[in-house]
Amino acid sequence: MASVTVKRLWKEYGKQVVLENLNFTIADHEFVTIVGASGCGKSTFLRMLLGVEAPTRGEMLIDGQPIAPEPGPERGIVFQRYSLFPHLSVLQNLMLGLEFEGSRWLGRLFGAKRRVAIDKARALLDLIGLDAARDKYPTQLSGGMQQRLSIAQSVIREPKVLLLDEPFGALDPGITSDMHEIVLRLWKANRMTIFMITHDLKECFQLGTRVLVFDKPRHDPQSPEVYGATVTYNLPLDKDARSAGIHSSLPLTSSHLTPIHSSPTESAPVF
Amino acid sequence: MRLVNLHPNRGGAIALGVLPFLILLFAYVLGSNTRLAENPDDKLLPSGSTLVESVKQYAFEEDRRSGEVLLWVDTVASLKRITIALGICATFGIAFGLAIGAVPYVRSTLAPFVSALSMIPPLAILPILFIVLGLGEVAKVALIVIGVTPVIIRDLALRASELPNEQLIKAQTLGASSWLLASRVILPQLWPRLIDAVRLQLGCAWLFLIAAEAIASTEGLGYRIFLVRRYLAMDVILPYVVWITLIAFAMDWALRTLRARLFPWAETAK
Repeated sequence: MASVTVKRLWKEYGKQVVLENLNFTIADHEFVTIVGASGCGKSTFLRMLLGVEAPTRGEMLIDGQPIAPEPGPERGIVFQRYSLFPHLSVLQNLMLGLEFEGSRWLGRLFGAKRRVAIDKARALLDLIGLDAARDKYPTQLSGGMQQRLSIAQSVIREPKVLLLDEPFGALDPGITSDMHEIVLRLWKANRMTIFMITHDLKECFQLGTRVLVFDKPRHDPQSPEVYGATVTYNLPLDKDARSAGIHSSLPLTSSHLTPIHSSPTESAPVF
Repeated sequence: MRLVNLHPNRGGAIALGVLPFLILLFAYVLGSNTRLAENPDDKLLPSGSTLVESVKQYAFEEDRRSGEVLLWVDTVASLKRITIALGICATFGIAFGLAIGAVPYVRSTLAPFVSALSMIPPLAILPILFIVLGLGEVAKVALIVIGVTPVIIRDLALRASELPNEQLIKAQTLGASSWLLASRVILPQLWPRLIDAVRLQLGCAWLFLIAAEAIASTEGLGYRIFLVRRYLAMDVILPYVVWITLIAFAMDWALRTLRARLFPWAETAK
């Protein structure tokens, strides 16, 4: 169970307002996709959910509890890159979360506990199609394989909330459909709420059960820093329509999305 | 084709690598022959046969006075000092480098101090070491430790702080405490860099060792060189220099092999 509530949330760096007055509630097990122009606070929002940055004003609650001010196992993260451990093999990378959980001082498991962890990790490796590569080091993997591993690594401790910061931004377009399938499968298998930042509108409608559009509603050309971005659209998507293939049947038309200057069916990244 | 795109084949690369050594050897033989032809008693560039004779005397025969094989005694004494010293340097280096690199409070406390320490010219405090620690082994080891440790600490702290922030955040979302973050994520990635740092400091370590041995010692490679200097015994000094170079080269090679053997992931990371 993980509902996320954001109340009157502001984020400012000195005089510069980044986010202003965010208010919304995300129900448990939603797949929230976040789109918006560069520099309008999407990553800042995710970093606040993660706990590496604090809101200037307002509240962020997970299941009614304030978010801890540092990263923890209830919130998983997948970055665009650099989040695998180069000194550990694929299997060890995946087991690391379980080892941290089961052994507070050594960070290593032995005997029966270790076998259980290996079984769990290998089941997940099988799911993401990396079991054959389990003894390789991350640098020996392709970008797509690395990212699949990174996602599995974040899921293995079953976080309540999974944060994805442009996870497929650095990948070939050809690989992304496989990646989507893996993310959806993991999302269905684990009862977690996902927040995913993307620049790809097609991806955003294909995967999400809800789309948040970040944009600046007001603009002062003389001093652009005084107004921040906020959520200009909070669109729930029909899950049945999504699974039936959204491109044709989606009730949204481009007129709903004028601030994005594009239609949702366009597949190329727009921003 | 452009010069920068031309690569020698394997045999060619070896031949080219050997070439400068051959040129040096040839130049020496030429110079030595010329000087000895002018003055058979010249000591500056001894002939090959004189060198071989001296090497035989120092490396394979017992000294008439002490009954010991001098090169062997010197080598053991110097190697003992340098390995003990480098072991201490590496231990302090990894411990403080990890702490400074991983914990902001330790970094704020110690980083400026270590930076200042590393700026002290070690040879300038050699007299202090001899006064305080006496003329024994401790002072010589201490000189190397003082000269090399701050550099290794700074290097490792820098490497630790260069680890991508994403990695450290990720580990925290997997449930790592500060301790586990240091011991399971940062430390393992510092080991290969520790070996590199020690390799780069080998030259300095030998410099400090020879300086300390030259001033106060009764055996050691540096001691011997400075002892026979009084008799202009180039036939002893030159083989000793070559021998020291060979040892240093072998240590470097051994560390490099060790790194490749123990941390294969660090080799592929490039």
